[in-house]
Amino acid sequence: MSRIGVFVCWCGENIARTVDVEKVVNSIAELPGVRCAQHYKYMCSDPGQAMIREKIAAEKLDGVVVASCSPHMHLKTFRRTVATAGLNPYLLEMANIREHCSWVHHDREQATAKAIDLIRLSVAKARYDRKLEPIRVPVTRRALVIGGGVAGIQAALDIADSGYEVVLVERDPSIGGKMAGLSETFPTLDCSQCILTPRMVEAGQHPRIRLYTYSEVESVDGFIGNFKVAIRQKARYVDMSKCTGCGECSKVCPLKRNPSEFDYGMGMRPAIYMPFPQAVPARPVVDKEVCAKIIRNGCGLCEKKCAPGAIDFKDTDKMVEEEVGAIVVATGYQLYSIGREQNSDKLRGYGEYGYGKYKDVIDSLQFERLVSASGPTNGELKRPSDGKIPQKVVFISCVGSRDNAKGMPYCSKICCMYTAKHTMLYKHKVHGGEAHVFYMDIRAGGKGYDEFVRRAIEQDGAKYYRGRVSKVTEENGKLIVRGADTLAGIPVTIEADLVVLAAAMRPADGVADLAQKLNVGYDEHGFLLESHPKLRPVETNAAGVFVCGACQAPKDIPESVAQASAAASKVAVTFAASELTREPEIAHINEQTCAACFACVRTCPYHAVEKAEIRARSGALIKHTARVNPGLCMGCGTCVAVCPSKSADIEGFSEEEIYSMVEALA
Amino acid sequence: MNLGYYPGCALHGSSNDYEQSLRACLAALGVTLAEIDDWICCGATSAHSLNHKLAIALPARNLALAHRQGLAEMFAPCPMCSMQLLRAGQAMAADKRLREEIADIVEAEVDGGPRVLNLIQVFQRIGLDKLKGAVRTPLQDLKPACYYGCLLVRPPTVVDFDDAEQPQSMEAIVTALGAKPVAWSYKTECCGAGMTMAKTETVLELSGRILANAVAHGANCLVVACPMCHVNLDMKQADAGAFLRTKFDLPVYYLSDMVGMALGLGAADMGIDRHFVVGGGN
Amino acid sequence: METTAGAQPAIPQIESLSQTRLAECYQCGKCTAGCPTAGQMDIPPTRLIRLLQLGDSDSALRANSIWQCVSCQTCTTRCPKRVDCAAVMDALRQLAFERGTLSPDERRTVLFQKAFLDNIRRHGRLNEIELIAAFKGAVFLRDRSLPFLFRDAGLAPQLQKRRKLHLVGEQAKDRGVVARIFARTTPRSTHGGAQ
Repeated sequence: MSRIGVFVCWCGENIARTVDVEKVVNSIAELPGVRCAQHYKYMCSDPGQAMIREKIAAEKLDGVVVASCSPHMHLKTFRRTVATAGLNPYLLEMANIREHCSWVHHDREQATAKAIDLIRLSVAKARYDRKLEPIRVPVTRRALVIGGGVAGIQAALDIADSGYEVVLVERDPSIGGKMAGLSETFPTLDCSQCILTPRMVEAGQHPRIRLYTYSEVESVDGFIGNFKVAIRQKARYVDMSKCTGCGECSKVCPLKRNPSEFDYGMGMRPAIYMPFPQAVPARPVVDKEVCAKIIRNGCGLCEKKCAPGAIDFKDTDKMVEEEVGAIVVATGYQLYSIGREQNSDKLRGYGEYGYGKYKDVIDSLQFERLVSASGPTNGELKRPSDGKIPQKVVFISCVGSRDNAKGMPYCSKICCMYTAKHTMLYKHKVHGGEAHVFYMDIRAGGKGYDEFVRRAIEQDGAKYYRGRVSKVTEENGKLIVRGADTLAGIPVTIEADLVVLAAAMRPADGVADLAQKLNVGYDEHGFLLESHPKLRPVETNAAGVFVCGACQAPKDIPESVAQASAAASKVAVTFAASELTREPEIAHINEQTCAACFACVRTCPYHAVEKAEIRARSGALIKHTARVNPGLCMGCGTCVAVCPSKSADIEGFSEEEIYSMVEALA
Repeated sequence: MNLGYYPGCALHGSSNDYEQSLRACLAALGVTLAEIDDWICCGATSAHSLNHKLAIALPARNLALAHRQGLAEMFAPCPMCSMQLLRAGQAMAADKRLREEIADIVEAEVDGGPRVLNLIQVFQRIGLDKLKGAVRTPLQDLKPACYYGCLLVRPPTVVDFDDAEQPQSMEAIVTALGAKPVAWSYKTECCGAGMTMAKTETVLELSGRILANAVAHGANCLVVACPMCHVNLDMKQADAGAFLRTKFDLPVYYLSDMVGMALGLGAADMGIDRHFVVGGGN
Repeated sequence: METTAGAQPAIPQIESLSQTRLAECYQCGKCTAGCPTAGQMDIPPTRLIRLLQLGDSDSALRANSIWQCVSCQTCTTRCPKRVDCAAVMDALRQLAFERGTLSPDERRTVLFQKAFLDNIRRHGRLNEIELIAAFKGAVFLRDRSLPFLFRDAGLAPQLQKRRKLHLVGEQAKDRGVVARIFARTTPRSTHGGAQ
């Protein structure tokens, strides 16, 4: 016979105002299996917990039901309470008579009756509770960081400096991400590469960071503490062990005019090229789409010129396997491509701005390259059409952002700040020039940010108009920008030499595929989903997988760096013990009765059920069975529902327990 | 190919040169037009400006008449008409109560109205390859600025045709005819629409700017597919020039004029001799 | 100018006629920016909608904006919040016409639209000469402007020689149904709305 103790909480007035706790206690005390029942004002408080511990000892209880708030609030609290009293924590049940009862009903009589029913259910379940032990899983204390932009680099350095090995995978030929291509950063106007390249070099040389560039994650298997990752190293056609980075190959390559990815098409690069002068690793890569040797076995000049013989046209993609215990996703962003070609049916571009039609309508990253000292025009702001220095530049904010009709409904957060920065960079280079900005609102919430924007307006003379731009046309060689100023209530038309569009931030290409491989959720825009937007911003619902930077939501560099360090600290928490503990309320398969139909294997959303064989000591096969991986199972119960032989069940939520609850109500 | 035909008031009024043009050219291409029996005015600007219900009822009556005639498709050469017909059709398709109310008002069954096509869509239906094959006199001296105006492409949720910002459908057709359309900036800017009588200055300013931009981009003629635009750009061209203190000499062709000329039809056959601005032309 | 926050009955009507929720407009100004006649409007589109949001339909109904508007649909097409600004303009025109709250300078446009509709009601199809005569006559009765009366008179021979002048226009055969359609859709109060 059970000896269950029931403890009914008043929760101050939250429960007691609506539920007659006295009546509840009297009613419950009479149930078979209930050894004692009492109520108290605040069961979660020290005296309340002490009461539970005393009763466990005095009445030799073998089960406890706490009728109070939601388990989300205090399940952990009460489990610890009973554990310290020597009772297995999984012999505790909670009846939610607050969120499920007193907070949603007004009628005292009905609410009390319902509370009694809820507790009866928990008592019925408690009678079938079994002692359970947490599951222990070994941990490989190595981390994988996907993405080598500023967030990925920061996370990798923090984890490596904590003493763990890091595998850093970057799909471009060099790490550095978008930040490596920026000119100066707000609000300090630091040279972007000057502050980033030391970190890049450190990451490239760190003894505990294994860097795979020009590589992508192909597949991820396993679970927290025990991931197996397959990485594809794409063929560079350059032997990294022999190449000295001298650059002679690029000089001699005859195919000089390919649009440069790093310069977003504002400059050209040869077919064999160094991504940019400060690249890490500082080694070239061959563009196999245009290289004459690769396409039709012609040319080959670079191979002949290379003294150490580092060019290898027989190079192929290589697959590498790494074992890690935690994964940090830092895949960053791309800008919304404003022209007609889109990679989504829902997006149609902005034909009214003439991007792609007029050469001198460019986006913000292209502008960064034009003003960058190491850019295609060596820092002279020459406009793409004729190379002249523009005397009037119009900056248009919110292109693709805050747009329910043709773009993304969200705000891209960084554009107000970088547009102000752009006006300042422009004015610093072209003292007599005019900078005009069309904006909707100014979002400058960071430290020193609002002052920065005011500086652009008040000291550097940027003219700000509050209104969107409707159309950009071309007349007599000038770009006619038709906007409005709603503060004055007038249309405003400006004849510009150059138009810069602040395009929306979107997650990088291919992130949806990667998320599928990692079992990480993503929203309708492709941004990866954090576990909780307020309190768990760098964790995901896939155990052991963390996110940081712009792949989670639009954000600037300081936020990306902060999140990267946060993700690194979560990794350190994961690696703190040599074993990980998991809740034992997971599925298990009765291997005797299992018919090996593998419906569970197919339906498990976490790929937590494996096909296994039972063999005799001689090695002969006895039977096939399904087997739950205790490291991966999340206890959702799908396998229990589909199993035709009733071999699957959940610990702590067994069919027996659930049916007993149903019968208690009937 | 047989199409229902809704001419609209302009084409039977002072824009009858447009009707002459399209009838001549479509006949040469083997397209027969079945005029909607006893059609009425679509309501144009006045109805939607002053009376919302009327603005749905008038086009609805015409959709019902076409339906009664068993027509699956109808061609409306004036974009004001086609836009109103499409809008009325959509409003009724989405709202059963409205449909029933309108059926009572117009005294006819309004369910399942025909598909409404504009002039460009008719040529697309005939097929650019077929058009190209039928060309006898390639229009190699013509450098048209293709002018779409407003209601061929806007609002996109109603007309769902081409691209509202950078349309290319007319350019595709005139290119198939051997002409060299220019790239210019005023393809979809408004000419002033129905304000010709009531607000003439507005029309002169807007149409003048369109003509100026076409000239600035090297066009030697304009192509339109709307009778309203034609009036504002052709009949009013001299006044627009005077308003902007300049002189324009840009013939304004209907798209059907271009097709007809390329097929070898004469200017008089198509009513081109009835335009106000003669200029280079045939 | 103070505006009362309480909405006047006009505003729900405007929202219903135009099928828009005025609250969705976040005042970005793109409509004003693309409007071809915004320069001639006393209250450009963005501010018009703002006044309606604040409950002031009076100013909106008296603005010349709604009669400067050429219904080019640019505003609606480019609005990032899918606010049907062109439909709001239509709704304002309809209400202004019904209530007689017109901007006095814009009477000509309204007289034109009204003459157009009267013409259709009678004939089923537009009779251009009759329309011009009716319109010019109505305007002359108001402002006695001879230049306006005889402006474009020189067009008549030009149109005639191009066979574009139809002294007697077409008519629909069943004009009764046209008259009934008008009767069923026109509220009693609006006959002769333009004062």
